[in-house]
Amino acid sequence: MVIGVLALQGAFREHIRMLTSVGAVGVGVRLPEQLDGADGLIIPGGESTAIAKLMVEYGFPECIKAFAASGRPVFGTCAGLILLAEMVAGEKQQLLNLIDIDVRRNAYGRQVDSREVDVEVPAVGENPFRAVFIRAPVIERIGNGVGVLAQYRGRVVMARQENILVATFHPELTDDTRIHRYFLGMAAG
Amino acid sequence: MELFGTFTVRSGLAEMLKGGVIMDVTTPEQAKIAEDAGAVSVMALERVPADIRAEGGVARMTDPAIIEKIMDAVSIPVMAKVRIGHFVEARILEAIGVDYIDESEVLTPADDKYHINKWNFKVPFVCGAINLGEALRRIGEGAAMIRTKGEAGTGNVVEAVRHMRTINDEIAGLASLPQEELMTAAKNLGAPYELVKWVAKEKRLPVVNFSAGGIATPADAAMMMQLGADGVFVGSGIFKSENPAKRAQAIVQAVTHYNDPDILAKVSKSLGGAMPGLEISSIAKVNLLQFRGN
Repeated sequence: MVIGVLALQGAFREHIRMLTSVGAVGVGVRLPEQLDGADGLIIPGGESTAIAKLMVEYGFPECIKAFAASGRPVFGTCAGLILLAEMVAGEKQQLLNLIDIDVRRNAYGRQVDSREVDVEVPAVGENPFRAVFIRAPVIERIGNGVGVLAQYRGRVVMARQENILVATFHPELTDDTRIHRYFLGMAAG
Repeated sequence: MELFGTFTVRSGLAEMLKGGVIMDVTTPEQAKIAEDAGAVSVMALERVPADIRAEGGVARMTDPAIIEKIMDAVSIPVMAKVRIGHFVEARILEAIGVDYIDESEVLTPADDKYHINKWNFKVPFVCGAINLGEALRRIGEGAAMIRTKGEAGTGNVVEAVRHMRTINDEIAGLASLPQEELMTAAKNLGAPYELVKWVAKEKRLPVVNFSAGGIATPADAAMMMQLGADGVFVGSGIFKSENPAKRAQAIVQAVTHYNDPDILAKVSKSLGGAMPGLEISSIAKVNLLQFRGN
């Protein structure tokens, strides 16, 4: 299984490391044509403003929309979730619009408010998952077609709409591979 | 239970900045230009290093009111510098909510012997290093990110290259040693034994390492990435150049596409003048910033 990891900026190496550790092949993607042949795509954490600018500059939005329309799965963590969202701070985003959620950036505050905490993610097993939130966004609203996979303090922190998976936290900063294996399961169909 | 300020959380922000450009800014307007150009973070300063070098005098932490205005102007993380060893300046920056503190040789050192005990803070620190021993001492003190120092304010990349190559060579050297030689290597490096063992095994630094000090062009930035930097700091190089917005965008693209000569050629075209540079040999050794702290 080959998973493309958008490598414009951010924690793409950690996702590739996770994929390798569960027996998949992670490939850094810097130009749209490098996505050809991938069975799935991960959009990593990083700075969403910087990644969005580089995405537009090199023609990624159309290419990723077509990739998702083919049924192949896309997983966004933190900044990746923001880039996939339909709306940011109540306004429609002009980018990927692949999951019907409204997000607010840096919603927990500044870096000193970043935290790690155990959350329940029943879809990946009974044991709690160590969620690392770094200047994390919150999901303010989810659409009818969106399923909730995890919550923290009454807010959705992980969700799925058909082949689009998002998390506001960073499973790639832990050694727990369950969420990556769940995503590979989506890619296997 | 929620845990704040753990090493995972402090180093985690640095992981998110990788493959990005951190730019020195002195006003909210410059911060906005940097953010719009694709900077992953800005360093809020009263004076850029080239001006500190030219004007002389004691360089201290920036007025918190200036830093707060910059924090209000952008949504990307904001860093600010404290003097080496000045733990009270660090407490002040933590109190106003700065996202990263740079304990920096660019400011005048407040303590000629000791650095800040960075484990005592929730806010993460980045520190400069010119070699592996210095990098591991700073990590041992709690730094969650390292930057090679280069020579700030010169627009001359030679020191940045020297420091990155030095660290790479020293890591390769450690990796080749048998286990029984590592304690002596730790003694010679002046670095904590546990970190030396970790580096010998993993063949890399335990935290993110950016390049800083003298980067002035997209080609400089891409070269530092090819030499193994996780990202770059550009200090005076942007706002001391002729067309800061254009140069900033070009350097951002050069850091992402550092291995693609066609893109590097395209973004290097028609940027206007770079900052005027300084020959390192024209600076008296006592005025070199890289030897502050150790």
